[in-house]
Amino acid sequence: MSVVERISGEIEERFDSDLEMVLGLLAAIYAVYFGTALIIGFSPRGQINAIANLTFYIGVFGLLALALNLHWGYTGLFNIGIVGFMAVGIYVMAVAAKSPEGTASGAGGFGLPIWLAIVVGTLAAALLGVTVALPALRLRADYLAIVTIAMSEIVRFTFLSGTFQEFTLLGYDTGFGGGSGLLWGFDPLMSFIEFAYLTGPYNALVDLTGTVIRNNPEPVVQNLLYGVVLLLFVVAYYVVLRRLGNSPFGRVLKAIREDEEATQSLGKDTNRFKIKAFMLGCALMGLGGILWYMQAGTITPNTFRPRLTFYIWIALIIGGAGSNTGSVLGGAVFAAALFQGPLYLKNVIETVFEVDAPNSFGQAMGPLVSSIDPVPLIYYVVGNIRSLQRVIMGLALIWLMHNRPQGLLGHRKEEAASIPLRAGRRTTGTEAAATDGGRDVGGEGDE
Amino acid sequence: MGVSESYARGRELFTSNPTGFALRAGLILGLVLLGVDLVRQVATGSLDAARLGIVIKSGILRGLVIGLAGIGLSMTYSILNFANFSHGDYITWGAFSGWAVTYLIAGGFGSEANIGSLLLVGANGSVFGGTLGIGVWTTPVAVFAGLLVAGGATIALALAVDKYVYKPIRDRSGITLLITSIGVAFALRYLMLFVFGGSKRGVTTSQPDWALTLSDGTVNFGAHDVALAAVSVVLMVGVHLLLQRTKLGKAMRAMADNQDLARVTGIPTEQVVRYTWIIGGGLTGVAGFMFVLWKGTLGYFDGWLLLLLIFAAVILGGIGSIYGAIVGGLIIGLTADLAVIWIPSAFGRAAAFAVMIVFLLVRPQGIFGGIETA
Repeated sequence: MSVVERISGEIEERFDSDLEMVLGLLAAIYAVYFGTALIIGFSPRGQINAIANLTFYIGVFGLLALALNLHWGYTGLFNIGIVGFMAVGIYVMAVAAKSPEGTASGAGGFGLPIWLAIVVGTLAAALLGVTVALPALRLRADYLAIVTIAMSEIVRFTFLSGTFQEFTLLGYDTGFGGGSGLLWGFDPLMSFIEFAYLTGPYNALVDLTGTVIRNNPEPVVQNLLYGVVLLLFVVAYYVVLRRLGNSPFGRVLKAIREDEEATQSLGKDTNRFKIKAFMLGCALMGLGGILWYMQAGTITPNTFRPRLTFYIWIALIIGGAGSNTGSVLGGAVFAAALFQGPLYLKNVIETVFEVDAPNSFGQAMGPLVSSIDPVPLIYYVVGNIRSLQRVIMGLALIWLMHNRPQGLLGHRKEEAASIPLRAGRRTTGTEAAATDGGRDVGGEGDE
Repeated sequence: MGVSESYARGRELFTSNPTGFALRAGLILGLVLLGVDLVRQVATGSLDAARLGIVIKSGILRGLVIGLAGIGLSMTYSILNFANFSHGDYITWGAFSGWAVTYLIAGGFGSEANIGSLLLVGANGSVFGGTLGIGVWTTPVAVFAGLLVAGGATIALALAVDKYVYKPIRDRSGITLLITSIGVAFALRYLMLFVFGGSKRGVTTSQPDWALTLSDGTVNFGAHDVALAAVSVVLMVGVHLLLQRTKLGKAMRAMADNQDLARVTGIPTEQVVRYTWIIGGGLTGVAGFMFVLWKGTLGYFDGWLLLLLIFAAVILGGIGSIYGAIVGGLIIGLTADLAVIWIPSAFGRAAAFAVMIVFLLVRPQGIFGGIETA
């Protein structure tokens, strides 16, 4: 605990503003990735792709952590059905935008312009949000949790089922594709570039990249560009949520989180506020889902398993619930250290060593037991880093809840008041905890 | 009681909570309609009586598994006051630990297959339960030993996790503990994936069965169906006796009711918590082992998939009530299986969740609500 506190204290001291802190952290993350790649001697393509992937995940986890922060950090709504809203967003968007003729592998769509389809998908997620919220928000926090996760599974079963594989709606033959997934034949990024008359600069960029990567540079450029687009969306989410949080509406939300009954006694219809906040957060999650999968061109229902929800929760808890800056930082740290980090490490190791991973844990342990040869076990660890990575995530979550429930940034929960209640913004976790009675951000705010 | 009296009661119920009343009335009406439709379908022959029998059988057996595993969840939910999301992976843990021993014994301690493959429950198809001839009829000793180990290993796991993870933060809110339990679930599930591999393996060989002949077909009761029913019922009765007839049971009920009061009265709360984990963990591990024996396949995801159904059962029955967990389990199991008569089979589980959600709205305290661990 003390180590983290010292580090986070140092971080707080070193940077004057949140912006500098986020930029500093991003710079550090990229420096580590770039440095490693340089030392190992990745090809330029591999290097840029790794950076693009990293940017992509920093972007999506930042977006979704911000949206979750509106639910949990601001309003104290325990939503663990995030994937459900993401899935509805992207599925509805894809069906709405797909051309009516259909592709070889499935039914058609409604052929709406992409921007309109994105709006429709976002609204669909909000609509699902309000259907869940209307009955469920009256329930206890843990019941809401179970209702939302059950809802997200119902959504997955729906997209998975053969019943909705193909159906007719408003005279259009369409469908969600069932277990084999949905395929859409358009490229949102390129459409946007054409729409915004950016084809010229884009071609120039491709040519420029072509000097480094001789062979087919276009996909690499697209990856990188899409990552940048996502980061712009993170900024947009941040600005919107920040303004919202400082508005009278946001103050009521924070008041609900602190004490719902007191807020009610002040004449606020807390249920209405909660429903609105829940809807808005769901819309942002739907848009987050759209942005995450839009560029992939295809989606299968089983992508949207509950573990994705928990990734976003871990990201939010790393950063510290209640703080928008913390959400972005948490998203970046989660993406870099826990989500992409182990895979990147695996790549690095496999570039340097010839890894011949054994098929099973038994074959890995055998040599260790019989001839104290740990190499097969190490290979097995490298080969199965994906499952081990999730073990690490779980342990990280446990560790955080034990030692740092208020998140990396310390006690940064925004106050429900419109005027600052403390002198000076910078306080370390313990002092802040003492001033408001020792409550934790991570758990007790809503009780 | 006169008509006017019951009318007045109904009126009072309606005015005090009109939405709840409407929902409740709708629920009852819906159930009646479904029942009538079921009778009509069987009578007109559009649904075979035998098929209905098979569906009901499988629903009840699934419900017994859910109920058995749900008792532990319900107890920890009410006594420790948090929704334990790692409970599903305790089930998987019980299944893997128990089946490793069953494989080991059925495989003759390495004489019939590599001992490592046996201990890893045939990771990556290195050895199959069918080849070893595993089943309650064919290898009863191996199955029984596995059953005991499943219970024991899960008790050990539950106690260890409690000691290192939950106990240090027990004074925090239920939500903090819930989030922590998600971390435990992640770590456990993927550790099992790491060790045992991701393949979904068949673990049993075919067993003798007894046929019940109906007018238009037969319903088969396999040895594993019988074993599951017997083990579940025996354990459920055992827990009932334990809670009602022993001092420990009384202490547990007191703790679920009011923890501070229990402590003041001199109940050693920490010890009661330990026994809660022991009983809950043991039942959960056995439930996991029996579930796998019954369905014949084992994968690292099994317990997690069952978890939401168990939550549904526990909430339906009323958190803290073991009878609620059992009844809720049966309702949820039957719903999941019976629903396929009317809706596509992909939505069986969805129907069970829907029942839970409706119940939360109509009667959030559950069927046995208010009666904690009794």
